[in-house]
Formats: sequence, structure tokens, C-alpha cells
Amino acid sequence: MAEITPLPVARLSPPIRPEFERTTPPVSDAAEIERPLSLWEHLANMEGVRRGAIVVALMVAWQVYAVWLSNPLMFPTLTDTLSALWDGLVHGVLLQRIGATLQVLMTGYAIGIALAAMLTTFAVSSRLGADLLATLTAMFNPLPAIALLPLALLWFGLGVPSLVFVIVHSVLWAVALNTLTGFLGVSETQRLAGQNYGLRGVRYVALILIPAAFPSILSGLKIGWAFAWRTLIAAELVFGVSSRSGGLGWFLFEKRNQLETDQVFAGLTCVIIIGLLVEGLIFRTIEARTIRRWGMSRG
Amino acid sequence: MNAATMHPKDQTYPPSYASPLLEVSGVTLQYKTRDLLVTATRDVSFEVYPADRFVLLGPSGCGKSTLLKGVAGFLKPVAGFMRLNGQMIDGAGPDRMMVFQDFDQLMPWKTVLENVMFPILVSRRFPRAEARARAMASITKVKLGKFADAYPHMLSGGMKQRVAIARAMAMEPAILLMDEPFAALDALTRRQMQDELLQLWDDTRFTVLFVTHSIEEAIVVGSRILVLSPHPGQVKAELNAHQYGHDHQGGSDFMALSQKINTMLFAEGHHG
Repeated sequence: MAEITPLPVARLSPPIRPEFERTTPPVSDAAEIERPLSLWEHLANMEGVRRGAIVVALMVAWQVYAVWLSNPLMFPTLTDTLSALWDGLVHGVLLQRIGATLQVLMTGYAIGIALAAMLTTFAVSSRLGADLLATLTAMFNPLPAIALLPLALLWFGLGVPSLVFVIVHSVLWAVALNTLTGFLGVSETQRLAGQNYGLRGVRYVALILIPAAFPSILSGLKIGWAFAWRTLIAAELVFGVSSRSGGLGWFLFEKRNQLETDQVFAGLTCVIIIGLLVEGLIFRTIEARTIRRWGMSRG
Repeated sequence: MNAATMHPKDQTYPPSYASPLLEVSGVTLQYKTRDLLVTATRDVSFEVYPADRFVLLGPSGCGKSTLLKGVAGFLKPVAGFMRLNGQMIDGAGPDRMMVFQDFDQLMPWKTVLENVMFPILVSRRFPRAEARARAMASITKVKLGKFADAYPHMLSGGMKQRVAIARAMAMEPAILLMDEPFAALDALTRRQMQDELLQLWDDTRFTVLFVTHSIEEAIVVGSRILVLSPHPGQVKAELNAHQYGHDHQGGSDFMALSQKINTMLFAEGHHG
């Protein structure tokens, strides 16, 4: 279109300006440098407060909707659910059911972690072990543990061993994979520093590798826990170990059959609360005391 | 003011004065990468005497860091030998404390004090009761007394390196190994750290083997400089630099030495 304007012939030079030095005014004269935030700003900054407000809003919505629907068989009100929960915890079997579930869970979780520790030890000490773990994890990680339940029932019968088997499966691979990843990610400098102090073998693993890989290990433990918890509740839906001592999942199934829907809601509430307690309280506390304090994780 | 300017004569001694603390003789080092076997140094020999600030200087790829790793015992020579106090070096050990370039050499899960105490405790170098006092003294020496209970992630890069130095010195190793300890710092902090190191050396007269690729740092920090050629590292020269400190920078002798090393390292590289 238009002709390109040629660059000015004279080359630009920066203008020469006079130099100056000045003394900065004392700080106290300056305007606002820092001030405490207001109470409202403080509250709005607290994640717990914001999320608590959302929970309260949801509870109100639940209550309003359920009262309006007025069909306790399909959708009990919040107050009915809470009183059923209170009843179940104080007088009923709910507490016993929770106990049964947690006991199975802990057994499976502990066995899973122990096996993961053995596999990982083997994996860091030899290339064959590393290949073995990588292959096994690649195969079994995508396989939902609950899919193994029919097989577990065939092998171990209707009982705790079947439940433990599926939990071990759900914990083992997540923990082993994360721990191995963590170990492999420990920086060369930290490894060399550890060797420099004359650390070898078990002491080297315990004093250098495990703490250095702890962010990864902890995330493995969290994933393992989440898998195990979901798997166990699902597995318990299929059968109660015996009519007297089933777990929380069995409680849900039983109450649904008896059309005590408020009890079902109470049971579900328990599942949520326990999940939250472990994930939000136990793991969060461990995190705050360890990797966050050490600056190994942000946020 | 620094050590080198204050006591220029203290460190010159006739060769018969002492027997070498560290003997490196005809050492060839190799390491494997994913698909290469690299010869890092070939037939390198040098001797480090007590209270030496011995600098390994060379461009990247001259194997100076690998040589330091060899002395630390992380790597076995394929030829030649290394002796510390007459003992063959065989594996890593706390008598040769290493200060690395990376800031993550500190253990993030331990406080400054715990970091400094850790090697003393695990190596059982000093009795348990003494470890704390020694660690604290060492931390105070590097002027971090106020930060003894801080975690490494709260410290600046220079402070982290000071902790690493304190940790190494608290062990009172036979020789201190430093692998470009100030290379990741900004220029001002680096200069300050060099001065502090010289000051510490003036206090305790430790022996240090110091790796750097900076000619200026080598002259300032070192009392003796081993100049290495690249690919693979071979000894080009061994020079004295005990007479120069920061105060001499810009002086004609300093510049001449710097120019001499520069020529050795780069100008001759073309037909080498």
C-alpha cells in the first residue's frame, strides 16, 4: 500500500541528563506502609470459614428441599438424618459397624504398606527389582481393586480375608509406585552428602532417602488410603462378614433393604465424615508438621 | 582486609617443612553416562600440604569436579592412587567433608543446628554431648547464630552455603573439599563469601581443596593453583597465588597472573 517511510538518517543518541543524588525522607513521614487487615478480611482469608459457609448453605438447601418434597422414604430431611445418626451412634449398631470397618481397613492398609516397603526395597537395590515393580504397577494400578472381589471370594470365602485382600491390592501399588518415584527423585547432591558422612545401607535409606522422598511417600499413603476407603465400603456392600458384625457398607445395604432411608443417609454421612477426618485432619496434620514445615511443599 | 593480605608470609614454607597431606599421583578418572564412557582426567598428579588453599582451576569439561569427587571417595580411579595422610583413599568418609555447589545439599527436614550436628552424630566423630556445642560454635563462626533454629528453606542462597561450610568445618575434617561453592551466588554475595572463607581460614588454618572455573576466584581464594586443560583434564601448571587477595584486584601483578592463566587455558587451546 503506502510506501515504507525510511528511517531517519541521524542515529538516535540518548539525551545526556544531569546527575543527582538525594536523601530519602524518613519512613515515618511516608503514607501507609503496612496496616493490620480488618476482621472481615481476616475471616474471608480463612479457607475453613469460606468452606464452612458453603457447607451450611448446602445443609439449608437440603432441609428446605426435603421438607418441600415431604417424602422421607426417598429423601429424608437433614434433621431426620441427624437424629438417625445420633440414634445410631448412641444406641444403635452404627458405632459397632464403623469399628468393624476401620479394623479391616487398618489391617489391609498395614499389610499393603509392609508389602510396598518390601517391593520398593527390592526395587531400589536391583535393576531386576525396579523392572519388576514397574511392570507389576503398570499392570495392576489400572485394575480397580473391587474387580478382584469375586475372585477373592472364591479364594478366601465370605469373610475378612477377602476384604483385606482387595484393600491390600488397592494400597500396595499406589504406595510402592510413589515411594519408588520419590527415592529415584532424591537429588544427587543429597545422596552424595549422605555418603560423605559415611552413611551406608539401612542407615542411609532411613536417614537420607526416606526423609528426602517423604513428600512422594506421603502422597502415596494418601492415595492408598483414598483407594482403600472407597474399595472397602464398596466391597462391604456385597456382603456382611456375618449378620452381627458387618461393616459400614453392610449397614447401608441392610438399611436400604429395610427402607430406613434416614439411616442410609446417616450411614453415608459417617462415610463422608470419616473420609474427611482422615484426609483433612490426620494427613493434613502430618503434612503441616513435616513437608510444609520443611518447605518441601507449597501451599 | 583479608587473610591473604594480612599474613602473606605465614604460608610459604620450604617443601621439607611438612609431608603432603594429600597425594594424588597419576590419577585417571572415568565415568559412565547413558551411552558414553568419559575419561574426565588423565594422569593427574599433585600434592596438597597442610593449611594449603589448593585450587583446581579449569574450564568446564576439565574434570576438576570429577577429581574432587575422586578425592571425596565417590569415584575410584582407573589408574594411579590417592593418599590422605598416607592412607589410601577407599570410599567416602567424613574425614573429607564436601561443600557442594547446589543449595539443596542441606537437609530440608532439619534445622540449621540439626543439619550441622547431623554428620557429627552419624559419624560419631565427637561424643554426643559435644556435638551440640561444636555445631553451635561453628554456626556462630559463619555468623548464623540467630538462625540456628531456622529451616533451610527460610534462608538465602548465601546463608545456605554458609551453613554447609559450618557443617563441614564442625567436623574438623582432615581436608575440606569445596566444589564451586559460590558459583550459584550473586556477584556481591560471592565476593563476601570469599572474604569470609579467607577469614575463617585465617582463624583455624584448615586445608581446603577448592574447585572453580573462575580465574579471579582462584587467585583470590587460593594459595596454590593447579591449572587443568579440558577433555580430558591434564595438569597444565601449578602456580602460586598466596600473595594475592581481593585488595590486589586490579593491581598489575594480579592482572598479569590472571592474564597468564587466561592464556594457558584459552589461547593455547587451538593447537592442543
